[in-house]
Amino acid sequence: MATKQTRTLARFMAAPSVLLLLIWMAVPLAVTLWFSFQQYNPLNPIRDRFVGFANYALFFNNPAFSTAILNTLIIVAAVLAITIIGGILLALLLDQPMWGQGFVRILVISPFFVMPPVAALVWKNMIMHPGYGVFADIARFFGAQPIDWFAQYPLFSIIIIVAWQWLPFATLILLTSLQSLDGEQKEAAEMDGAGFLARFWYLTLPHLSRAITVVVLIQTIFLLSVYAEILVTTNGGPGYASTNLPFLVYQKALLEYKIGQASAGGIIAVILANIVAFFAMRAVGKNLDK
Amino acid sequence: MARAVTNRHKTIATIAAWAVALVIFFPILYTIITSFKSEQEAIQGFSLIPSGTLESYAEVQSQYNYFKPFMNSVILALGSTLLALVVAIPAAWSMAFSPTKRTKDVLMWMLSTKMMPAVAVLFPIYLIFRNLGLLDSRIGMTVMLMLINLPIVIWMLYTYFREIPGEILEAARMDGATLWGEILYVLTPMAVPGIASTMLLNIILAWNEAFWTIRLTTTNAAPLTAFISSFSSPQGLFWAKLSAASTLAIAPILIMGWFSQKQLVRGLTFGAVK
Repeated sequence: MATKQTRTLARFMAAPSVLLLLIWMAVPLAVTLWFSFQQYNPLNPIRDRFVGFANYALFFNNPAFSTAILNTLIIVAAVLAITIIGGILLALLLDQPMWGQGFVRILVISPFFVMPPVAALVWKNMIMHPGYGVFADIARFFGAQPIDWFAQYPLFSIIIIVAWQWLPFATLILLTSLQSLDGEQKEAAEMDGAGFLARFWYLTLPHLSRAITVVVLIQTIFLLSVYAEILVTTNGGPGYASTNLPFLVYQKALLEYKIGQASAGGIIAVILANIVAFFAMRAVGKNLDK
Repeated sequence: MARAVTNRHKTIATIAAWAVALVIFFPILYTIITSFKSEQEAIQGFSLIPSGTLESYAEVQSQYNYFKPFMNSVILALGSTLLALVVAIPAAWSMAFSPTKRTKDVLMWMLSTKMMPAVAVLFPIYLIFRNLGLLDSRIGMTVMLMLINLPIVIWMLYTYFREIPGEILEAARMDGATLWGEILYVLTPMAVPGIASTMLLNIILAWNEAFWTIRLTTTNAAPLTAFISSFSSPQGLFWAKLSAASTLAIAPILIMGWFSQKQLVRGLTFGAVK
């Protein structure tokens, strides 16, 4: 259909986007890679030099590193588990006929639109604060000792906040997918005497599998780089108890000025994300063909 | 609906769904309620009935000059979205209507840039911004947010453009329309709904972006994300003011979000779930 002229023009029109993204991706990444082999401290430039893989070794040998990797993976896994299971249950519930369905949907979807610092501060001060939070009020009502969530269970508290932000997303995607399930199939299964669980297991869940894949992949990308929620609640502490990989890299780079080590950590984060992205791309790519 | 629904079933579903929805919405609701309390009331224990005072809102403005970060958020979200559209529309147009063998690879590659962890390029970007004098500048942040969301914008536009029938363009071409005329008079009117949806989602994403906005701004260009983060250690009586600031920060985007549920699903799943 397209003539040679329009083809040339088409390339010309795509060029700015491709160039911008190429520069945006390649230049900073190359700089990070370069710094990851250097000792570089902006405050003490005399000792700057090439150090090979020493930064990676330092980063790996830092006890904070293994904690941070573990915390990163725990946050991803826990939030995924909560949002997928909760999302399926919620989507099934919201798919039922009811009064005020539209309004219920609006209430459920709302947390997704709350900016991360607000979500974190609201939970920290209004809900989980040991003195004035709602949880403390509830505990006192039952005569129990209020819990200092962020001091005693820092990682768990962050998981709760992040899961609260992403549960609406999972629910919305799964609900959309659920509503495209053929009603006749459901009826046929019902008439054949399939109970609720059988219908769910053999009909609904397979239908949702694609949506679940998409939710897992997209959430993983975002969950690997949770940052603001940690910054405004625990600041990574106590100790490194709630530090994830992005937060550790931030601390090394902008607080300790250990640019070489931070860059090595950044490259490790890229590798980690790439492993995830490899699977993400394949799944999204497959869906593109359909 | 063919299936007969008993009233009992409907009643149970309604009660269960409302209960769960209210629990999920509660942190937002309680923040809004607290914003209408005085600082005294806010720490007097659990109460859903505020006195209705507006003093917290007034103080947020008078003590912290709230209007400035709010306007920065508006400028950055709108500016970066418009800029992204200007760059993305031609690209998405060409990929949707003159696809080559490599179009799919290019799209995939664009998506992959979105997967690069921001923290991996924090220091280089920081250096570049510092050397160009872009730290804490609105122009720098606008470009930054544009780049972050560009892949999603191109993807979303691409999925919308692909649904426009190519025959219409051919008909226009037969009638002697030039390529630019084609884009301007034939394609654009048909593409407006898709472009509007993309805009809506991108404004939401840009408004809530909370890594670069916090790290690359201080005062001058700081949007609401950075402004709110600066309250991470509230000193003394602070709950009502924090609630007022939070309510103002989320209200516009919450309302926009309610209208963008469908676009959100489509945009964030790259057309895989519709």
